[in-house]
Amino acid sequence: MITVKSLQRSGLGPVDFTVGDGECLAITGPSGAGKSLLLRAIVDLDPNTGEVTTAQMTRSKTPAPEWRKHVAMLPAETGWWLDKVGDHFVNPSGIAEHLPDIGLSPDSMNWEVSRLSSGERHRLGLLRCLEKLPGVLLLDEPTAALDTETTQLVEALLHGLMEEGITILLVTHDPDQPARLGCKTMRIENGQVVT
Amino acid sequence: MNDYVSLSYLDLVFASSFLVLNGALSLWLKLGLERKLAIASARMVVQLLLVGLLLKSLFAVASPLLTALVAIAMILFAGREVWARQDRKLSGLWGFSLGTGAMMFSGVTITVIALTTQIQPDPWWTPRFALPLFGMVLGNSMTGISLSLDTLNTAANRERTAIEAQLLLGRPKWEAMRPFTRRALRTGFMPIINSMAATGIVSLPGMMTGQILSGVDPTEAVKYQLLVMFLIGGSTGLGVLMAVLGSVHRLTDERDRLRLDRLTAP
Repeated sequence: MITVKSLQRSGLGPVDFTVGDGECLAITGPSGAGKSLLLRAIVDLDPNTGEVTTAQMTRSKTPAPEWRKHVAMLPAETGWWLDKVGDHFVNPSGIAEHLPDIGLSPDSMNWEVSRLSSGERHRLGLLRCLEKLPGVLLLDEPTAALDTETTQLVEALLHGLMEEGITILLVTHDPDQPARLGCKTMRIENGQVVT
Repeated sequence: MNDYVSLSYLDLVFASSFLVLNGALSLWLKLGLERKLAIASARMVVQLLLVGLLLKSLFAVASPLLTALVAIAMILFAGREVWARQDRKLSGLWGFSLGTGAMMFSGVTITVIALTTQIQPDPWWTPRFALPLFGMVLGNSMTGISLSLDTLNTAANRERTAIEAQLLLGRPKWEAMRPFTRRALRTGFMPIINSMAATGIVSLPGMMTGQILSGVDPTEAVKYQLLVMFLIGGSTGLGVLMAVLGSVHRLTDERDRLRLDRLTAP
């Protein structure tokens, strides 16, 4: 569960909403409307005001690193700071068996980051987030760079996560994706929620 | 000092003709360096002539107040130089005061300790010893600090996604910044490490050369040079460390965010 209360930052808000355990909210709207800004504000990556709570934690009472492990965000552009893919994971050998589930080779932990396609980066970034066992997952266009088949694999993974009780917030430009995932939708235009 | 050979101004004009040749080459090869070369060398001539006159009168007066004022002016100029050499710098007062403060703390501390415990002129602030020593320490700290801050700010800006990816995985700010902090520190230390390693084999340091040319026994000149190199190394290291850690502190905040909004655009 996640509750966002009068969340405000430059170019956005105030925004209020609640999403329950195992539920999903799709955030839609034109490019530059403030969808990514909203996700960044929730994980406290940019200065903002307002309060965010989950069933277990209150943001203002939690150190930022702990908060970001609990409320994990996958940005539209994933960052890598070492040469090898596996070095970015806590337990690369444990993750290897899950790689085929989302259409990646079990060998990809040994790859060079510079060799990855943008779709591969994104899926590996998602697995990297999941390693921290978050309660809430914020995804910025998780399937934007993927073909139909791989999109289905990722959506199946997301379905599985929701069944485990994980709450998902999802920014998407795919008009059919919210329905496929069973998400409610929230539309943002010019930094304001329009219903 | 009886074998000291005094230079005439005509000698200097002859020596400068090679620099003029460089300017002509730049024009011919369209390197676009001739303007910079001309301005830099003109600045050097004016600054050095003035400083020669200033030092001469300062040595004659031997006032602690005037010596301190000159030292402060040197710090402010060095601070401006550090500020100007960064492509992206911290906005507001921080941009100037961080580098200047680090340089002042490390430079003053080390120079004062050296004067009071090692060289021990009487009185300890005697401008003939204090100002040249402070100048050498300050000049080298300045190079180290400006290089390291420029490296850090450029890296923070360019590697934003890599830094934020680590923050998003719940890493604290110092850990997320560590690869870039380390790179900045290395860059700041590099000139002094290189010059220590090459000194005596590839190059004879300017100060030692100057002393030898003016008739000082080479082994005595070497001792002075070693003292100065140790002081320079110590103050550069201290200053670079302070400036870089201060800058990392300012580029992040208490909620472990990367605050690139505190950097100015180039």
